[in-house]
Amino acid sequence: MSARIAQRFASLARANRAALITYIMASDPDHETCFEILHALPAAGADIIELGFPFSDPMADGPSIQKAALRALKAGGSLRQTLELARRFRESNADTPLILMGYANPIESMGYEAFAQATHASGADGAIVVDLPPEEDTPLRSAFAPHGLSIIRLATPTTDDKRLTNVLDGASGFLYYVSVAGVTGANVATAQAIESAVSRLKRVTALPIAVGFGVREPQAAAAIAKHADAVVVGSAFVDEIAAVPDGPKADAVERVLRKVQLLSEAVRTARTKEGTRA
Amino acid sequence: MTARRNWQDLPDSEGRFGPYGGRFVAETLMPLVLDLERAYRAAQADPGFAATMADFWTHYVGRPSPLYFAERLSAHFGGAKIYFKRDELNHTGAHKINNCLGQILLAQRMGKTRIIAETGAGQHGVATATICARLGLPCVVFMGATDIERQKPNVFRMKLLGAEVRPVTSGAATLKDAMNEALRDWVTNVADTFYCIGTAAGPHPYPEMVRDFQSIIGREARAQILEREGRLPDALVACIGGGSNAIGLFHPFIADEEVRLIGVEAAGRGIDERFEHSAAINGGRPGVLHGNRTYLMQNEDGQILEGHSISAGLDYPGVGPEHSYLHDIGRAQYLSATDKEALAAFQLCARLEGILPALEPSHALARVGDVAKEIGRDGLIVMNLCGRGDKDVFTVADALGVGL
Repeated sequence: MSARIAQRFASLARANRAALITYIMASDPDHETCFEILHALPAAGADIIELGFPFSDPMADGPSIQKAALRALKAGGSLRQTLELARRFRESNADTPLILMGYANPIESMGYEAFAQATHASGADGAIVVDLPPEEDTPLRSAFAPHGLSIIRLATPTTDDKRLTNVLDGASGFLYYVSVAGVTGANVATAQAIESAVSRLKRVTALPIAVGFGVREPQAAAAIAKHADAVVVGSAFVDEIAAVPDGPKADAVERVLRKVQLLSEAVRTARTKEGTRA
Repeated sequence: MTARRNWQDLPDSEGRFGPYGGRFVAETLMPLVLDLERAYRAAQADPGFAATMADFWTHYVGRPSPLYFAERLSAHFGGAKIYFKRDELNHTGAHKINNCLGQILLAQRMGKTRIIAETGAGQHGVATATICARLGLPCVVFMGATDIERQKPNVFRMKLLGAEVRPVTSGAATLKDAMNEALRDWVTNVADTFYCIGTAAGPHPYPEMVRDFQSIIGREARAQILEREGRLPDALVACIGGGSNAIGLFHPFIADEEVRLIGVEAAGRGIDERFEHSAAINGGRPGVLHGNRTYLMQNEDGQILEGHSISAGLDYPGVGPEHSYLHDIGRAQYLSATDKEALAAFQLCARLEGILPALEPSHALARVGDVAKEIGRDGLIVMNLCGRGDKDVFTVADALGVGL
């Protein structure tokens, strides 16, 4: 497993706070604007970055990320361009974990071995592949292993205890808990449901638990940050880019970063505001 | 091929046909597809399930469909005798209902209370809406906004049958986008909803299950040709979009390795780098989409391309995984026919046999003459006439420059 991810979670645990994981789509709205955002994310408060690689048919995503993928593809985005953005990011940032996220077919098309080598060379730390459940990710696992790259697995409200064993077998980095049955950005689960889900997962794994899908506002992020090890936000940032379709690109950069700061502040103070976590 | 294969093992326990098939779905859906597989195995073992199906087949769908000797068309080509398996005579006018009946009876058995489906031309949507009406289940059909515009009569038919037709505007707003949207609905409504997929594709067990439900076509055809001719045919011919009508015809003959299996893909405006076709096997390469690994039309980055065909029912960038496997091992052969060839075959069949075929099987008709000549006068061919052409008269008129 990637050392960078483990180190990041260890230092956040010492500080008794959750991580903010920010998702953006590579090449959205274009390569250079995306790079500017990517480059500035850690300073704005992103603890871990998920960099989406675009796919024409994002079946698990809601409208926000679907549109982001279309913008990215229109701007010439691809898995190769995504890896290139990751490489440029790593040139100036040595310790923020960066995880690639997307669908299987661009990887199948490149080949699993070639993808693993390119991921390693880019300085990315691992991947989340939405449509590669444990039953289907053996080729990726074998290709990632020699490079120490992480495969981040997903658990959902429909994952029962028996399946959870499957999901955890071979999981590394952290466990991504999809808080609601649905697509990205739709709605958020209740704080109570999330708390009980996190406790259930903590009983069976030592991996950090990240919670995502539907988290858009600081209040919701803070509620999750009290219990989970990380909060994942994506659609809310992507929407900031969509809000300035024809405006100056600097506006898109500024809007995304302002939103990141807002959510980061909420995540950082979530536990201190109402006492520390038991 | 050398050694005979054990065809019973297809797919394997992981839903694989060689490297194809599988369950490439988001984790939220994994427990659902596993549950579906368990429910399907239980239904297979229950004679009551088969009996209910059989009753509907006889009294509601109108099975068995006839095996008809297309005498004038055979004489026209001057080769093998051509028989049509007339699944266009089924209730709703195509083979689609065979599968919808099976899946929705299964859904009812599983206690599901809401049915969703995707549709391109609207034939699967109409068949799904029909069975839902008959069984009293609410039905939501996802259909690309572009297709809704192109297929207005079928949209209205679905509405008359009580279904809600939900327009899909994402992507190019056609069949693959409708399938994406149906998957998004399913992932959101996991507890009560059954997704009735229209072709022999998707995550395991769909390709196997849809094949099994469609295999009634081949089982009947096998018995009928044995009765009529006293021997098996030399070749079977069927059109391929996702390929459910073809696999339904092929499957009961698959172990009869002397019977040639021939699929005909839609070559649209020609199979070349412009990708103005829907021939996933002839013009694509393997990849992962909609829950399975199979041949797909895609660019060098693995982005899926929009297909084109004059036949909206063949306009899909993928193909069922079993066809990908049969192609690779050489058990089946996949030819193609262009829009123009299908259009000419449509007219020929109308004039010589008094049958308006759908534009989908018109692709099979466009190649059946070549196959008949190659096999010669003593030969026998069974072609699946899987849909009727009433739905296509506007498209055909338009293509022929005739104003209605």
